[in-house]
Amino acid sequence: MKVLVPVKRVLDYNVKPRVKADGTGVDLANVKMSMNPFDEIAIEEAVRLKEKGAATEIVVVTIGVAKAETDVLLTARAMGADRGILIQTDETVEPLAVAKLLAKVAEEEQPGLIILGKQAIDDDSNQTGQMLAALLGWAQGTFASKVEIAGDRVHVTREIDGGLETVDLKLPAIVTTDLRLNEPRYATLPNIMKAKTKPVAKKTVAEYGVDITPRLTTLKVVEPAKRQAGIKVGSVDELVEKLKGMGVA
Amino acid sequence: MKTLVWVEHDNQSVKDATLSTFTAAAKLGEVHLLVAGKGVSGVAEAAAQIAGVGKVHVADDAAYAHFLAENVAPLIVQLMGDHDAVLFPATTTGKNVAPRVAAALDVMQISDILSVEGADTFTRPIYAGNAIATVQTSDKKLVLTVRGTAFDKAAATGGSGTVEAVAVAGDTGLSTFVGAEIAASERPELTSAKVIVSGGRALGSQEQFHALIDPLADKLGAAVGASRAAVDAGYAPNDYQVGQTGKIVAPQVYVAVGISGAIQHLAGMKDSKTIVAINKDEDAPIFQVADIGLVGDLFTVVPELTEKL
Repeated sequence: MKVLVPVKRVLDYNVKPRVKADGTGVDLANVKMSMNPFDEIAIEEAVRLKEKGAATEIVVVTIGVAKAETDVLLTARAMGADRGILIQTDETVEPLAVAKLLAKVAEEEQPGLIILGKQAIDDDSNQTGQMLAALLGWAQGTFASKVEIAGDRVHVTREIDGGLETVDLKLPAIVTTDLRLNEPRYATLPNIMKAKTKPVAKKTVAEYGVDITPRLTTLKVVEPAKRQAGIKVGSVDELVEKLKGMGVA
Repeated sequence: MKTLVWVEHDNQSVKDATLSTFTAAAKLGEVHLLVAGKGVSGVAEAAAQIAGVGKVHVADDAAYAHFLAENVAPLIVQLMGDHDAVLFPATTTGKNVAPRVAAALDVMQISDILSVEGADTFTRPIYAGNAIATVQTSDKKLVLTVRGTAFDKAAATGGSGTVEAVAVAGDTGLSTFVGAEIAASERPELTSAKVIVSGGRALGSQEQFHALIDPLADKLGAAVGASRAAVDAGYAPNDYQVGQTGKIVAPQVYVAVGISGAIQHLAGMKDSKTIVAINKDEDAPIFQVADIGLVGDLFTVVPELTEKL
């Protein structure tokens, strides 16, 4: 079974985002960009499925600027993906358009399973996997903390608000990863060197015939309201007094 | 505008998340509700009491018992022939189903809205809440998920909606529910609690987490939360996690015990009315957002606090 893993290049999760003074967005010039953390978990899960013999080939795909090739596709291949696809564009591509492009890739590649991160930490949308499942007419196992392939089915344990839930899905299916699915491995230097020999197919949006015109216009981006500076109390008694003053104790 | 609101429930009772979503929907126009599930006549009756509700659509079928997206989405798509917008609470159920509906309708979803600025304009957080974007959609139908803490709850009583059964779309056969492990808790629900006591990695072990955090929470009538570090270390179950990837909360009082205050944790609680931080590191980032801070060793401070309350 072939596994397809879409990944996204985002502002590194350790970097504090700075809103541009003109309110047009977040400043991404000269800041560290990395693979979306949930996507690393997706790659790791695909590699583990391959190590267990459940997957035969791992194809990683990304949509974005040329730099995505070195920033994320290389890491993904160093972690164990077999080959990459870069759909190059400098435009902002919304989740719906990403899902449409990925649906075309899926038609071409015919994977048995597509594993995505549950959300990208830049737009925090949490939509692409579900949209892709809808477009392909496949089952979806979102927010997965455990994935088990059993013949032509996949069992997915999902993190839901009250606890955990397990669903049984018909393959091919979509899985989106939650934080606790696994601990992604590091790309070692020898593997990074080796990854450079693994192929990457370079494509354009036009080749897939998908209209990526945004449906949403961002009118402005602002910083959230700042909290007023607080006070420090010197003792538990003072804290108790404050809490009682607020009527919670 | 005619709006449809997904009623969040457990086949027994209407969840609070529905009420804040209702408030957001009412800003757009007439509100209809959808109750999908199995054996939900009681839920539908309760939903019809929400103040200001129009019609309550009820889809009662085994296919909807566990709100599987594959079965529920076609039902909603069918109802969208007659509605201009559908709103879901941004719960795990809402987040699972809404994008499937949006793609089927060929519209972009707007996730986790914080405010309604106009019939097609909304604000939403991006970058873990470090920026707030105002977005305008050009789509004809709206699919929105609503951040519960950003909207007041509609009154649960006083309404008189008409309950109407809708044609059942049936089971797609793509997925089946196997089982669930729902954490039993006597405490208030995390996302609707007025007071939350949250523990971090500094608690050191599962035993100490429960020995220190639980009695304090009980004294304050609070829900218990945790940072990702505490959850990953196994001190607390996953569904306690507060943060960008866990639950978003905004209680009256949030007490952070032994939590440093990483960006990802702050994303889940920085809209709390009052933040209290107890940490032995006076440079911990949590003190930059805390209204009341106490620098001290939690192993002595927390038991003393519990005793004196």
